[in-house]
Amino acid sequence: MAMATRVFLLLFLVLISSPSPSNSLYEDQVGLMDWHQQYIGKVKHAVFHTQKAGRKRVVVSTEENVIASLDLRRGDIFWRHVLGPNDAVDEIDIALGKYVITLSSEGSILRAWNLPDGQMVWESFLQGPKPSKSLLSVSANLKIDKDNVIFVFGKGCLHAVSSIDGEVLWKKDFADESLEVQQIIHPLGSDMIYAVGFVGLSQLDAYQINVRNGEVLKHRSAAFPGGFCGEVSLVSSDTLVALDATRSSLISISFLDGEISLQQTHISNLVGDSFGMAVMLPSKLSGMLMIKIDNYMVFVRVADEGKLEVAEKINDAAAAVSDALALSEGQQAFGLVEHGGNKIHLTVKLVNDWNGDLLKESIRMDHQRGCVHKIFINSYIRTDRSHGFRALIVMEDHSLLLLQQGEIVWSREDGLASIIDVTASELPVEKEGVSVAKVEHNLFEWLKGHMLKLKGTLMLASPEDMIAIQGMRLKSSEKSKMTRDHNGFRKLLIVLTRAGKLFALHTGDGRVAWSALLHSLRNSEACAYPTGLNVYQWQVPHHHAMDENPSVLVVGRCGLGSDAPGVLSFVDTYTGKELDSLFLTHSIERIIPLSFTDSREQRLHLIIDTDHHAHLYPRTPEAIGIFQHELPNIYWYSVEAENGIIRGHALKSNCILQEGDEYCFDTRDLWSIVFPSESEKILATVTRKLNEVVHTQAKVITDQDVMYKYVSKNLLFVATVAPKATGEIGSVTPEESWLVVYLIDTVTGRIIYRMTHHGTQGPVHAVFSENWVVYHYFNLRAHRYEMSVVEIYDQSRADNKDVWKLVLGKHNLTSPVSSYSRPEVITKSQFYFFTHSVKAMAVTSTAKGITSKQLLIGTIGDQVLALDKRYLDPRRTINPSQSEREEGIIPLTDSLPIIPQSYVTHNLKVEGLRGIVTAPAKLESTTLVFAYGVDLFFTRIAPSRTYDLLTDDFSYALLLITIVALVAAIFVTWILSERKELQEKWR
Amino acid sequence: MRAFLVFFLFSCLGFAFLVPSSLGFQSDELLLDDEEFGLEGGRSPESFRIRSQPSGPQSARRRSSDFGGGGGSDSDSKIQFSLEHAFGDSDFSPAGAFSARLKTSSHGAQTLTKLRFSRNAFTEAEKEKFEKLLQGDDFYRIRLPSNVVSPPGREYIISAVKARCLPREAMDEHFVIHMDGVNILAVNYGSPGACQYPRQLKLPGKWSFNSHTILKNTEQAPRAPVFSEEILGGEEGEGEGVKPVERSFWAKYWMYLIPLGLIVMNAVTQALNMPEEQATGQPGSQGPATAAVQRGPPTAVRRR
Repeated sequence: MAMATRVFLLLFLVLISSPSPSNSLYEDQVGLMDWHQQYIGKVKHAVFHTQKAGRKRVVVSTEENVIASLDLRRGDIFWRHVLGPNDAVDEIDIALGKYVITLSSEGSILRAWNLPDGQMVWESFLQGPKPSKSLLSVSANLKIDKDNVIFVFGKGCLHAVSSIDGEVLWKKDFADESLEVQQIIHPLGSDMIYAVGFVGLSQLDAYQINVRNGEVLKHRSAAFPGGFCGEVSLVSSDTLVALDATRSSLISISFLDGEISLQQTHISNLVGDSFGMAVMLPSKLSGMLMIKIDNYMVFVRVADEGKLEVAEKINDAAAAVSDALALSEGQQAFGLVEHGGNKIHLTVKLVNDWNGDLLKESIRMDHQRGCVHKIFINSYIRTDRSHGFRALIVMEDHSLLLLQQGEIVWSREDGLASIIDVTASELPVEKEGVSVAKVEHNLFEWLKGHMLKLKGTLMLASPEDMIAIQGMRLKSSEKSKMTRDHNGFRKLLIVLTRAGKLFALHTGDGRVAWSALLHSLRNSEACAYPTGLNVYQWQVPHHHAMDENPSVLVVGRCGLGSDAPGVLSFVDTYTGKELDSLFLTHSIERIIPLSFTDSREQRLHLIIDTDHHAHLYPRTPEAIGIFQHELPNIYWYSVEAENGIIRGHALKSNCILQEGDEYCFDTRDLWSIVFPSESEKILATVTRKLNEVVHTQAKVITDQDVMYKYVSKNLLFVATVAPKATGEIGSVTPEESWLVVYLIDTVTGRIIYRMTHHGTQGPVHAVFSENWVVYHYFNLRAHRYEMSVVEIYDQSRADNKDVWKLVLGKHNLTSPVSSYSRPEVITKSQFYFFTHSVKAMAVTSTAKGITSKQLLIGTIGDQVLALDKRYLDPRRTINPSQSEREEGIIPLTDSLPIIPQSYVTHNLKVEGLRGIVTAPAKLESTTLVFAYGVDLFFTRIAPSRTYDLLTDDFSYALLLITIVALVAAIFVTWILSERKELQEKWR
Repeated sequence: MRAFLVFFLFSCLGFAFLVPSSLGFQSDELLLDDEEFGLEGGRSPESFRIRSQPSGPQSARRRSSDFGGGGGSDSDSKIQFSLEHAFGDSDFSPAGAFSARLKTSSHGAQTLTKLRFSRNAFTEAEKEKFEKLLQGDDFYRIRLPSNVVSPPGREYIISAVKARCLPREAMDEHFVIHMDGVNILAVNYGSPGACQYPRQLKLPGKWSFNSHTILKNTEQAPRAPVFSEEILGGEEGEGEGVKPVERSFWAKYWMYLIPLGLIVMNAVTQALNMPEEQATGQPGSQGPATAAVQRGPPTAVRRR
């Protein structure tokens, strides 16, 4: 009887502990280990829409080519559309009170979206002969046959488009007159429009056009001998102000009744002597314009007859001004934001009365947000029937905030939509004594929780209970703690955004642990047009420097060209404090993290500049000591994609030019590969990840045979394509298009593998891991995408199979490998059709490299698909033998399967997917995956299932109960058997 | 008797372990595409001694003219391009010459065949320089034009090797020239075999070169339609594949046979022991009852 109980319990145990057989997860597991965040990017334009119904919304377009409708109360996204990467939004507006009109792709695509739900209503493609400035003009009070007409100037043509169905009513081509239209003006109540623009540099033309048919009624032109610089500001329906070519005087242009009159005013007469260049700031204020000169912002009022006078001079070049907002009774108001200390001052003024402030507020602003870049204002009627104003401001770090009544109502961290680089960093170790783990404070609560869980496990829970369980799981503070966990699931993702801001995202719940706007990457005197490049792990405390905080190195560039001087910034990853920053005297072409660290665990980095000098960082004598020792063994390569040349370099000696700079090294060319320019053009180069871990070089195959992977850190995958075939897919015939792939040893320049795929075309996405490369391209003959795999095996170690040799030590497994030896390698390749086009590709990485790999493919649908590497095995055959099957070789198929459950993003989309980053967890089976684009998505996946971890919903309570029951059963049976034995004996 | 049984057991086990490995498939797939040098120029391991230039090109010309006579539309022409070398960071100087046949096929594609190489001997000055390289473990660099018809083409192709990798008995060098029509993409230069690290300083026994050259053209990836046909073919042939692979009885059921053997042996040993036990215990036993029952009463008796 006891035996039976035991067996039963054992079976029960096995049953509940066995992992779920499916790779996917259940509905109630969503959000347990993944998170998804939606962003829109830096707002370019905003149009407020206050429906009478009270649903307050704002429609915005952003630099990430997103059009979104946001809730004004909370800042949530109602709807959102991500246009393609080449479809930049030029302007947006609202027509007919129900359509959002967007002009995109340099004035060639006009779309209307339904305001409440974001459905596209119509779309028009506007053709024109030449690229030009694009303008959109939607006038609310211009009606032609009950239709509102939209005027679009784009590609050198003026189009009148019906706002109901997007039909082009008429088109006027200005390309022949070579007129560059600057403004489209619609005087109130008339049925004609003015198109005003420049012809050449010094002639101004004004066309009066009939709105109904596009007929030119009048054409006047006036020449200004001094020439215009192209900056124009419209101050009223019949007056323009332009800046002349020398940027020293303003010309007010009035074209009343089609007659043009010019009047010139010197800026020095207005603001006194100044030395800076005047820049006209784009504004839409009636009767006023803004110019920026030196560090001043000057508001110039246009009085009658084109007279100019200074209305105000603000000593804050970073102030932001909104467009004019029409209030009742013909008044117009505008918003102005100035900075003062850690506060920003928002003023709303009437356009024609400078001193009459409608609103004056000071708002405390986090200095990590930088200064205000843009402001959009909107009015509402307060409860006391006066005008209230709310302001939407865009900050330097691309975040979006809504200000109302002197408070920040909501803020969105939209800088996270433009991530440049990501690196993972460890959290602090939990300090002993200071227990962060909360003791279960209430025994009753604890019991209740476990009862609920038990009910859930036994499938007795009601739907309400299920919700409660779900909530408990999501709330469990365990995963969002700011300390390291045993499994290494909790980390910080250090993210660099285009705004030069560094964010630390907690992997547990995706919240921003800290954020820092890097001072060295801000626009300043020392550094104009700073651009962030990369984030590297600078210091990872490991053995000796345990009490120091880890830090990252942020590399940037001051300027737009690649020869611009570089800037380095060191940031503590626990606190987000900028430890140090360096403005370099040299440029940054390439950064090579070396495999050496100094005594403080700072990694040595070699920065190569455009003159091929190498600079060593950190600049300490210790680092130079370590480096000098390894000097002859440091090689690197450079890819000149434009010329089609790959070069290999080695270090020579200290720089000759910079005498005394012992951290600078001269380099020399060792090898070069010159691709014939008429037949090949470099499309993609991929290397292995530097921190990748390979568990074993040996791969046991069928029949207990062993193959040795050719594992080299110095391999470079290069894909070249026929120069004709660099365009879009289908632009060439299969005969004149080919793809050549290479595997190159970057120490010697040796081509290890070279293969031509005829009739194929890019774009090529590739991923390189261990000894294999997988690349994705388009096959023009088969009209399908293909994925190829190449695996390289080392033959020089192949004769180490003999056990006796291994026993007697007569093997060469421990001998150092030299790149100068001729490699005896064999390569195996195979290719498969693949349905999707690919946006990004990555491979899972685990702590020890034991777990099998999965490819992470960012599909065109902005999802991430996990594809087992086993499907991309070159040894797949049509009929694998029994032993091959046992090894796990899948029978050969011509295409790769797409299993719906293997989407790691489930049903979510990572809009505008740009990159996938993987980081190993401490637990061998698990990889952390971070996909970024406009949205962010994080999850952890286990390519071979969590073989080393019980599932999250594993019921420990049940286990305990089982053990207790078992122990009790043992005692009971023991007593029973004792008793029985006694009886036996007494018999 | 027992020793025999133990031996039998071990041999059984050993056999069981040996059998599966001996049953493995002969077709080792690794070797299938092991065409490390599957190239059009073929392996041309002609090694040239110094000052053996005259014979090489001449014989090549003769052979190619024969070939040209029968070749029809294909036309041949002889071209030459030079190899230059540099010691460390010195300037490049001529070191030898490659000569080859340029074959122009009817549709204009040009390929290089019959590559010959003649190496100039090191002059005394060069020997000295080379020895200096050996001392300093520095690079010996070579370069070739990137276009063999109109040298140097776009740019020179450079390759380098640590000088200490070259000397053996003589100076062994190995060129792999990657070609695309008349363009040279890359040249891999080095020793023909391994170059041990750390590199030992070793002067060459003879200052003559053993040169091996290989021309490599790109490999063509198999075309997709062929591949899909293969699959179709494979599906047809699946009938054969489905047939279970013949395996010996032993290979299939060894996991059952071994425990069975153990049980049998256990039984046999017990059967062997039984007579002895019976022989010893017979006097005390009353009847043919089971051993457990038999053993029970005597102990009880003894206790009492």
